Amino acid sequence: MRSVWPVTAVLLVILALWYAGSIWLNAQWVYDQAARANTTVTLADLIPQTMNQTRPVLPAPHQVAAELWKTVVMTAPTSKRSLIYHGWVTLSATLLGFAIGTAAGVLLAVGIVHNRAMDMSVMPWAIASQTIPILAIAPMIIVVMNSVGITGLVPKAIISAYLSFFPVVVGMVKGLRSPDAMQIDLLRTYGASGAQVLGKLRLPASMPYLFTSLKVGVAAALVGSIVGELPTGAIAGLGARLLSGSYYGQTVQIWSALFAAAALAAVLVGIIGVVQRLTLARMGMDR
Amino acid sequence: MIEQIEGAAQSGTPVIEARGLGLTFATADGPVQALTGVDLTIAKGDFVSFIGPSGCGKTTFLRAIAALESPTEGTLTVNGMSADAARRARAYGYVFQAAGLYPWRTIAGNVKLPLEIMGFLKADQQERVRKVLELVDLSGFGNKFPWQLSGGMQQRASIARALAFDADILLMDEPFGALDEIVRDRLNEELLKLWNRTGKTIGFVTHSIPEAVYLSTRIVVMSPRPGRITDVIDSPLPRERPLEIRDTPEFIAVAHRVREGLRAGHSYEV
Repeated sequence: MRSVWPVTAVLLVILALWYAGSIWLNAQWVYDQAARANTTVTLADLIPQTMNQTRPVLPAPHQVAAELWKTVVMTAPTSKRSLIYHGWVTLSATLLGFAIGTAAGVLLAVGIVHNRAMDMSVMPWAIASQTIPILAIAPMIIVVMNSVGITGLVPKAIISAYLSFFPVVVGMVKGLRSPDAMQIDLLRTYGASGAQVLGKLRLPASMPYLFTSLKVGVAAALVGSIVGELPTGAIAGLGARLLSGSYYGQTVQIWSALFAAAALAAVLVGIIGVVQRLTLARMGMDR
Repeated sequence: MIEQIEGAAQSGTPVIEARGLGLTFATADGPVQALTGVDLTIAKGDFVSFIGPSGCGKTTFLRAIAALESPTEGTLTVNGMSADAARRARAYGYVFQAAGLYPWRTIAGNVKLPLEIMGFLKADQQERVRKVLELVDLSGFGNKFPWQLSGGMQQRASIARALAFDADILLMDEPFGALDEIVRDRLNEELLKLWNRTGKTIGFVTHSIPEAVYLSTRIVVMSPRPGRITDVIDSPLPRERPLEIRDTPEFIAVAHRVREGLRAGHSYEV
């Protein structure tokens, strides 16, 4: 509860800056209107007129809040105008991609730790894969998969997986290697097999690293599926809302989609945090 | 010196035999001779301490017995087979300087670890865990996690873990080195009792002269660069050893000889 006041204070400062920004950025349109009508505006006239424009440069916070209220609460989740509907489209691709990315990341990490050839060869490629701008590669993945008849959820999930496997590989390699030489020696004195060393020592020891990677990975997966929605012609999903909003200059719609995406990311990271705490507590590692 | 070793070995069947054992590590600065010309026979039921300054090869020798290092010269047999075969036959339990308990397992879970790996039956596992925890006086702590126990208790749990699968040999690498002296005294006493009850053969690496003299039936004094044995002392002390034995003239005489041996090892080095 002690953290409530600092958080509130920061929030209020952000809101104040945001309102100031909307007044400043939207004022030009008001001045232009006034010039066309051969009138002048006073400051007192100006401020209300920057608050409720239909296509503001920067929508005011209450406009975004109203739009969110309208599209999240007041619209049926089945409607294509509902942000819940679009959020679910993005979320399903995110979750599938996150699952694929996590599985691929863990498998690659296990391979890297156990196989010298993979240790030498996989990491440079994994790093290289992340230096390619996702905006450049996403349309190609969509187009290529479309041409072989795979459309909809899967291509987006692949892009999500492409972004989310990387933090999992990096974290898990570190985690799987975290047991010290003494603990490895101990298992050797028992004549343990490689699989036993992995199952009894390396995997449990890597759990704290895994969860940290998963938090980064799930946020990356969300970005991946939003980016994956951009080149599909803006059919559905938060990415589609962003794109159609920018086509039609619907800045309020863009901002509310952005906030929905941020809220989704926060919820996903929060869920992983809860699972982390429960798992580590059960393992006796939560101190 | 060799004759002396052979003489002592007759008290029981030889369990560990090293002949002309040498071990050279290849390092970036060229080869380092960790051990050279080590001849030693350890008989069944012996409590043998290895004492010497750092770099004398005492830990390397213990690790060679455990097949955690491979000797580059000479022969080494454990229970009549190669060290590696003995490791696979689960001939010994090894206790490291740090307890090294898995933080995600309870004390009972940690003691159970070797049993799970070696494929003991579930019911047998429970029974063995109960028995060895009782042996190290940790009954009732089975469900605690390692961090809930003191350092001394953790080290006792790691000894229980090494005892759980009934190996005849117990190899201990400075197991009490990180503990304070009061705890150390208590654990030394308990270790002697445990040795008396179980009749295991124990190899014990230590830095401490009183610890070596108090515990051992034989004390192997080693010196560094290259690591080698400089003296092997058969202790005249009886098997029953109360802590007060450390004030007797016999004890002091043995400790004196160990100290002389350590000094001799150093003399032509400094």
